[in-house]
This record gives sequence, structure tokens and C-alpha cells, in this order.
Amino acid sequence: MVKSWLRAALIGAVAALAFAGPASAQGVLKIAYLEGLSGPFGNVGEVGLRHLQFAAERINEKGGVLGQKIEVVPFDTKTSPQEAQLVFKQLVDQGIRYMMQGNGSAVALALSEAMGKHNARNPDQTVLYMNYGAVDPALTNDKCNFYHFRFDADVDMKMQAMTNYMAAQKGIAKVYLINQDYSFGQSVAKAARAMLTQKRPDIQIVGDDLHPLGKVKDFAPYVAKIKASGADAVVTGNWGNDVALLIKAAKDAGLTADFYTYYAGGLGTPPVIGEAGVGHLKQVTVFHSNIGGSGTVANVEAYRKRFPDSKDDFYWTSIMNAMTMLTMAMEKVKSTDPTKVAPALEGLKIDTITGEVTMRADNHQAVQPIFISTFSKTNGKDVKFDVERTGFGFKTDARIEAKDTVLPTTCKFQRPKG
Amino acid sequence: MSVMFSWRRLLVWAATAAVMIVAPLVFTQGFAVSMLSQMGIAIIFALSYNMLLGQTGMLSFGHAVYFGLGAFFSAHALNAIGAGTFGWPVSLLPLIGGVAGLVFGVIFGYVTTKHSGTPFAMISLGIAEMVAACSLMFPSFFGGEGGISTDRVVGEAVMGITFGPSLQVYYLIAAWCFVCMIAMFALTQTPLGRMANAVRDNPERARFVGYNPTRVRFLMLSLAGFFAGIAGALEVINFELITAERLGTVASGNVLLMAFIGGIGHFYGPIIGAVLVTFLQSALSNYTQAWLLYFGLFFLVMILFAPGGIASLITLHKPVVQTRMLGRLALPYVAAAASAAVLMLGLVALVEMLYHIETKAEQVGTVMSLFGRQLDAATAQPWIVAAIILIAGGGLLAFVGRFVRSAWNDVTVAANQAKGA
Amino acid sequence: MEFFLVTLLNSLSYGLLLFMLSSGLTLIFSMMGVLNFAHASFYMLGAYFAYQTSRYVGFWPALVIAPLAVAALGALTERYGLRTVHKYGHVAELLFTFGLAYTIEEVVHLIWGRAPVPYRIPEILEFSAFSIYSTQYPAYRVFMMLVSVAMLVGLYLVLTRSRIGMIIQASLTHPDMVQALGHNVPRVFMLVFAGGAALAGLAGVIGGNAFVTDPGMAVSVGTIVFVVVVFGGMGSLAGAFIASLIIGAVQTFSVAFDYSLLTLFGSIGIKVNPDSGWMELWKVTIAQAAPVLPYLLMVAMLIVRPKGLMGTREG
Repeated sequence: MVKSWLRAALIGAVAALAFAGPASAQGVLKIAYLEGLSGPFGNVGEVGLRHLQFAAERINEKGGVLGQKIEVVPFDTKTSPQEAQLVFKQLVDQGIRYMMQGNGSAVALALSEAMGKHNARNPDQTVLYMNYGAVDPALTNDKCNFYHFRFDADVDMKMQAMTNYMAAQKGIAKVYLINQDYSFGQSVAKAARAMLTQKRPDIQIVGDDLHPLGKVKDFAPYVAKIKASGADAVVTGNWGNDVALLIKAAKDAGLTADFYTYYAGGLGTPPVIGEAGVGHLKQVTVFHSNIGGSGTVANVEAYRKRFPDSKDDFYWTSIMNAMTMLTMAMEKVKSTDPTKVAPALEGLKIDTITGEVTMRADNHQAVQPIFISTFSKTNGKDVKFDVERTGFGFKTDARIEAKDTVLPTTCKFQRPKG
Repeated sequence: MSVMFSWRRLLVWAATAAVMIVAPLVFTQGFAVSMLSQMGIAIIFALSYNMLLGQTGMLSFGHAVYFGLGAFFSAHALNAIGAGTFGWPVSLLPLIGGVAGLVFGVIFGYVTTKHSGTPFAMISLGIAEMVAACSLMFPSFFGGEGGISTDRVVGEAVMGITFGPSLQVYYLIAAWCFVCMIAMFALTQTPLGRMANAVRDNPERARFVGYNPTRVRFLMLSLAGFFAGIAGALEVINFELITAERLGTVASGNVLLMAFIGGIGHFYGPIIGAVLVTFLQSALSNYTQAWLLYFGLFFLVMILFAPGGIASLITLHKPVVQTRMLGRLALPYVAAAASAAVLMLGLVALVEMLYHIETKAEQVGTVMSLFGRQLDAATAQPWIVAAIILIAGGGLLAFVGRFVRSAWNDVTVAANQAKGA
Repeated sequence: MEFFLVTLLNSLSYGLLLFMLSSGLTLIFSMMGVLNFAHASFYMLGAYFAYQTSRYVGFWPALVIAPLAVAALGALTERYGLRTVHKYGHVAELLFTFGLAYTIEEVVHLIWGRAPVPYRIPEILEFSAFSIYSTQYPAYRVFMMLVSVAMLVGLYLVLTRSRIGMIIQASLTHPDMVQALGHNVPRVFMLVFAGGAALAGLAGVIGGNAFVTDPGMAVSVGTIVFVVVVFGGMGSLAGAFIASLIIGAVQTFSVAFDYSLLTLFGSIGIKVNPDSGWMELWKVTIAQAAPVLPYLLMVAMLIVRPKGLMGTREG
């Protein structure tokens, strides 16, 4: 019994030593990419990885940063907060000082916390965290961290943009809220109610449903309820199948209300929705392929050329912006030391294809324009590019300027001394 | 096994303790230590699971419920300790988790243990689904998707132990793991443990001799809940975070895999399984994205060809080793291992090429390195070669398998004769 | 009234789909004592096969081909998997199907990717069959119900009119006697398993495009089907039928009720402290809890009547 136990443990540990090899080679700047790369959300992680690769290749073509080439090192978090913490230990062991993550606020919160503890305990091994898509407001408010930078707009900023737009729509009188029953969905419902009643007191909230996350197969009963309520706009934070099935069921029942969503354009959703969403499915994002401008077209086409077989599209401007800002900050301080780079990122302004993007110094949240767009058939003009080769794309309804999306913050992070 | 005190058994436990003490001194990297900690937690959890499956014959698909609920209660307790509203030493936090697990074991056990066999399995799954669904509905207790995070460095340091450094946490986990192992082993020696075996093997007969199978199942489930809760609390201390996914059905399935692969028929089986599975899940995922698939196939192969798990394979070879006849099996085993390796080579090559085409081809091109060789997955040649290797390996294995079987039969007959003589 | 009628129809179509899944599971369980964990995986495979074949030959041939392909897979599973592990007992059989479900999901990932596939309903059925007041009722849902009912009638005829059906039926109530009569030949097992898989596959063909075809679809229906089978009574086809309709109705109708315990307290005059930690629990409405209700129903059923609705034996 002991023998076998010992043997198993020894073999395990020896192998553990073998794969956790030590520090990096000279002249290479390693960026860890932490995302679920296996299991049900593996495909979503792959999309971000392609974008990071895309961004890194561009920087390397121009000679890298401070003479160092950027190397992307993917780690599989299995989309689990606990696993992410283990992976974090691994990348620290490997001497990597920069990491990027963006799928799932649960993982992001765990990572930010683990990084905070690590940086406090090991100041000589400080790690910097670039968040490209985890949108829980807490990350730049109550639970903010000096070494965490967010390049996407958070839930509340997007809700601010969405409700600004909705308030201007005279046709909206009755609004229905339907969301997934977990922290994100609940916060969407709360923010929507608060902001709508403040901006348009005459709007009636005729329903506020929470349904379990990913468990509802048949949305027909919910749609019947929405229809019975007489709502002319529906606000939902649903993502994945929960938004796709909702839209399909609405189409089946002949519901004509507009759907205001966060994730209608999320990977894998448009192909399921198809025709059903045309004309009244809206999304609020910091980017979509049809915002116009030659830079946008060039990027979308370059991405398609680079990854011709993938059905996904150029989407994560936040990853591009993160890498641009990072290299600018590094060049400014002539160092790749996170303790010097982090302060240099604060207040940094860059011109991007969507407009000017600024990194706020008080909570490390990027401020940028936000777009409201509608799911439409491609027409070669204002809907030039489709999503996931479906023949459908998004058409800009409105552009909310960066300054109108700024919200107060409760963030009080500890700045490193010196 | 005899109930009497034996020097041999003492030696085994002492050696186990020694391994646990020495392990982190040998593997000092941050990641290695945290993996060892995880293994310790997994061992407790898998052993507690085996109290149900291996010892009482109850196949549960919801054991992570007790682990998770124990963890959430101890996370809240730890936060209360940190806030100063609750005085309790951190090192005894697992008791709180254990009691929480026990309480829910009693509640759910009352409903589920009226059944056995397949209905029990289904009901345990239903309850697990229900708890998992509820966990997202009540964010103030379960913390929503972000879970409940805590800080284990609270209260005054006792003899310089703050539980800040992960090595201190490892030793705390190791100590609890050791105590729980002994406790669960001792349980198998008690009348309850024996009754559980009787209920597993023949509930009717157990009833005839005057034991109520439902009550035995109920007691075992409650106690298993207690140990699972301890494991959950240790997880909270280790990660300083607990999320709802830890009580979901995936986590329940995972502990089932650990216990089964290790071997549910032996007390030490789940220990092997916990160590091996924890290691594989961390290590394999670093090498290949297809690890879930390999894992599933490994599990299927184990059920088809070694349903007793690794532990039973070891036990089977005990008489052979004792009679010094292992040498006679060496040649067939080497041949079988070689042909299995050929089969694996073909299979892994095919799967890896498929995954490469599916996910990576565009970032790095279709040229990939496989077993230290460069090949282009877009051409037909590597596929054909891999397929040939796969088929050849399969054929070889089927061929060699016959020899292994006959050699095995010869050896066991001879071993039995030698023992009898 | 409009809402009630629409919801009634929705609940009926959902319940019938559940029955298509649970009938196969019940048949296999009654005959072989095996709870097929991979049953929902066959449902998923049915949808994927239909997606793949419909790309080449269209939906209608796929409606036949896909269930047959799933049946063939089911037969192989029984012949080379279950039969091998049978000697190790029911737990090993159950674990085998569990491992199979796990592996099938990964294989689906490998072949079709992790995102949903665009498996659409045929255009010929893409219109609204009729309107109830202002709500349109899609033709495809009517079609789903028709297929379900046709399957129900077909199953009934096979079970009551054919020789193999007689054997299967007998084994529902008197498994030992059937065995004693020497009927329990492996071939019957294989046929039943393949037949059950085919039913699940058929459900996948018509459910996959009505809802969504993705690698998560097996998990999402798997447990609810188990609930149906336990609720209806293990091994009872009639029980599974009634349970399917009840669970379908409960899940569909409960969405409409925005009542919570708070409402109840309010109506009987109990005041609740809004800052209480239990507030979150009191505030949960029936609509919010809709998908959890089947599990609650199951637990309640087990306490009141452990055999389930129409069950005759306990596992």
C-alpha cells in the first residue's frame, strides 16, 4: 500500500517538476493568456487567443517592444476560478510578469485577488493583469487592484449607454426585463431598472424575470408572458443559448418587441438566431465590424485573411488596445518591469479605430465610445461584414461618446510606494 | 484484514505520514506545493465518497453537494473569524465544514437512502441538480458566480503559524488528511463498517440478521457528508475562495472518477485515484487540449478491462509477487505494454492532429510537432501512417493479449499451488 | 385566456418531447435494469446526425436516417460495451454509460466544435400554423407534436401487437418469469437498447432544430429526463407518459406565476423584516424557481410515495 502510494506520488511530483520549467529566454517578452481552452467554453477562449496572436504579430513585425519579441503563452484555466489560481502560480514559477484574461468575471475576480495577494507578498515578482472582457463593475470599484487594468467597458457603463439610447426612443413605453438568475443577470436587471426609471420616469417596467442560467430549454412560456405584458422593448443580459433560444421563441410567437442585449453577437449565437433576429435584435458593445472607417475595414479584412478557416471575426478591440497601450507604456519608461509600466499606463491616451481610448488613473478602467447596433442582413453598404459567415451583421444605430459613459467609482486602491 | 493491532499496519501508516511530511521538501516550487495540497484534499474527498460506493454500494452522483456546502459554511465562518464576530481557530475550521456536511448529509440522506441501487443514483443526481440550481439563485450566501472569497491569515499567529505561506497550509491539509484517513479506516473496522459491507452485498440478508439497511445507508451517508465537508473546508483554506461550481454535478462526477479509477474495492484505492487524477488533470491539460477525451477513454477502458481499478490490479499481483513468479509474467507484460504503446501512439497521433486542425491550425499553420517530429496535418501521409499504427497496435494487442492471458492463468495456478504447498 | 391556451399547447409539446426521451430510458431500464446515463447523449447525437445528413439530403430523409444511425450506435454500445461489463454488476454498467456520455461529449467537441451548429427547421415548416388571438403558433411545434403522437401510437402497437413487444411488455412486470422462459436472449437486449436509442435520436432530430444543437444539449435534458422517470415510477411506461406531461406543464405554467413566499406572508398578514438574511429566499418567485420545481416535485414524490407515480417495484 505504501509502496504504490509513494510511487504514484513520486511519479506525479517528478513530472510536476519537469513541466514547470524555469524562467524565460532573453529577448522575449512573455505574455500569459489565461482562458478556458478545453471543455465547453474552449472555443470562446480560442477566439481571444487568436486576437492576442494577431496583436502580438503586428507588434513583432515592427520589431517588438524595446527590442524584445512578444511571445504569447496560453494557459488553460478550464474556466474555473480555482484552476485559474493554480495556473497563476505556474506562470509566476515560469517568470512571466504579464497576463491577460477576459472570459468570466468569476475567474477575473479570483485572479485579481490572487494577484493582489501575490504582489503584496512578493514585490520583486510583481505581475500585471490586462482584463479584456470580464465586465463585473466590482473589478474597477470595490474590488479594484492597482495592477489590474480593464480594456472593455463594464456592465454599468454599457447599461448607461443602452439606457441613454432607449430614453431617446419615444416609442418605448413598456419595458420587460428578463435575465439569467445569477450575479451578472441580477445586476443587469437592477441597473436597467434604476437607470431607466431615472432617465424616463414615464417608462413602465412591466416585467422582471430571472430564470436559471443555461437550464431553460423552451423559452416559449416566457415569450407568452412577455407578449401578455404588452412590452415594446425587452432588456436582457442573457448570453449563449439563453439569448439565442429567447430570440427564436419570440420569432415563433410573432413577438415584435425590440430586444436590447449585451451578447447577441457573442460567439456561436448569431448562427443559431439567424433570420429570427433581423430588425429588432440590438446589442451594446465597444466594437462591431460595421462601425465604419478605413481602419475598421482594414482590421476586419486582415483578421479574416490571417485566420481564413475560423468562422469568428475581428471583435476584441480591447485586446488590440491593451497591447498597444502596453507597448507604449513600456517604451515610455524604457522598461518591462510591471512596477514601472503600471503607473505609465495611467492616463494614457491612444487613437483607435473606434475613437480615442483613455485609461482612467483612478480605477484603471479604459474609457471609450460605445455602440448600439441592430442585427440586420448584410447589404454591402452600412452592413458590409457579416458575423460568423451567417449573412447577417450588425448595423450601427448610435454611437455613445466616451465622455457620456464615464461613471463615478468607489475604487480606492493602494498605490505601490516610491 | 484482522482487527488486531499489527506492527505491519503501524509501519504502513508511519510510512504514509513520512511521505506526506517529506513530499513538499522535495518538490519546493509554488505550483508543486499547491498541487500536493490539492491531492490531500482530493484524498479525503475520494475516501469519503468510497464510504458510499465501495463500502455501502451506493452510487452517488451528488457527493460534491456535501463538499461544497461544507466549504461555503466554512468560508462564511472564516470571514466571521476575520471580522472578529466568531472566535474559532483557523486550524479547526474543517470541523465546521464537517458539521455542515453532516447536517446536510442527514437532511438529504433522510430522503435518498430509502432507496438503493439505480433509484438512489438518480435521486442523488436530482438533488445535486437542485442544489446547484439554487446556488446561483442566492448570491448572498453562495456569492454568485464569483463565489465567496476569504482570507485565511486571520487571528493571532500561534507559534508563528499564520497560514500565510502555502507550505504551512500544506501541512495543515496533510495533518487533516492523515487524521481523516485513519478515522475512515477505523470506521471500516467498526460494526457499522461491517454492516455497510453486508448491506452492499446483500441487503435482504442484512435485514434478516436484524439490521435495517436503510438506517445503515443513512448513517454512512451522513458520515460521508461529514468527511466531504472537512475536505470542502480545507479547500477554502487552500484557495481562499469557493465557487458554486464546486458543488455541481461535474465535481460530483470527478470524485466518482477518482474513486473508481483508484479502485473502490480497497480502502487505499481512492487514495491512488485521487493522487493520480489530480495530477493528470493538472499535467495533461498542460500538454494537450484533448485531455478530457483521453480521460474519458481511460475511464471507459478501466471499466471494461479493470473494473476493480488500479488497487485491484495491485492486489491481483500480490500472490504472484509473494511466490516470486512475477518474472514469468515479465515477457508477456513487456510485449503487451509495447503493443499498447503502439496502439496509443496511433490513437494519440490521430486525436492530436484532429484537435490541431480544429483549433490551432490557423494560428501556427498546419505543420505541427508530434512526438518530437514535424509533420503537416494538412497532408494525407501522417493520417495514413497514424491509422496504420493504430490498426497495427490494435492487432498486436489482440494477439499478445492471448499470451498474457494464458501466462497469467499458468502463473496464478502455479502461485496457488505454491501457496497451498 | 390567450396566455392560457398558448401555454397549454407549449406545455403539451414540451411534455411529449420529454416522453420521447423518457420512454426509451424506461424501456431500457425495465428490460435490462440499466439506467442509461448516455441516453441524453443519444438525443444529442440524433440532432448532430440530422444536422449533418440534412446538409446533404435534406431534412426529411434525415428524419429517418439519423435515428437509424443512432440505433446502430446503440446496438454497438450494447454489444461491445454493456455486455462486457454486465458481469461486473449494475454499478459498472451505470458507470460505463456515464463514461460513455462523458466521451461522446468530447467526441462531439472534436468533430463539430464547441459552438452550436446552424441546424435549422425545414423551410416548408417555417410558417405559423394558426393564431390564438394575437399569438402565432408555429407549424413546427405542431409537427413536433404530430411526430411525438405518431411515435406514441407506434410504440403502443409494437408493444401490444408484435411478438417482441409481448416479451418486452412481460418483462416490464415479470422480468424473472420472462427470463425463466428463456426469452431473455442477448439479441432482445440489443434490440431494446437500439430501439431506445433510436427514440432518443428521433427526439434529437426534431428537438435539435426547434431549440439548439450544441454539445451542452445532452446535459441540459439529461437530468430532467431522469426526474421524469423517477417521478413516473421506475419501469412504468404509463407513468413516464403522465410524468412527462405533468413535468412539462409544471415547467411551462410556473413561469407565469410571480408569487413568492413574500406574497404569501403578505396575504396572511405576516410582516417580514426586509433586512433579514432570509429575504432572498422569501423573494424567490415561482416563476424564478420554475426549473427547480421538477426536482422539488421528485423529492416530494419520494417522500410520499417512494415507488413513484405508477411504479410497481423499487429498483
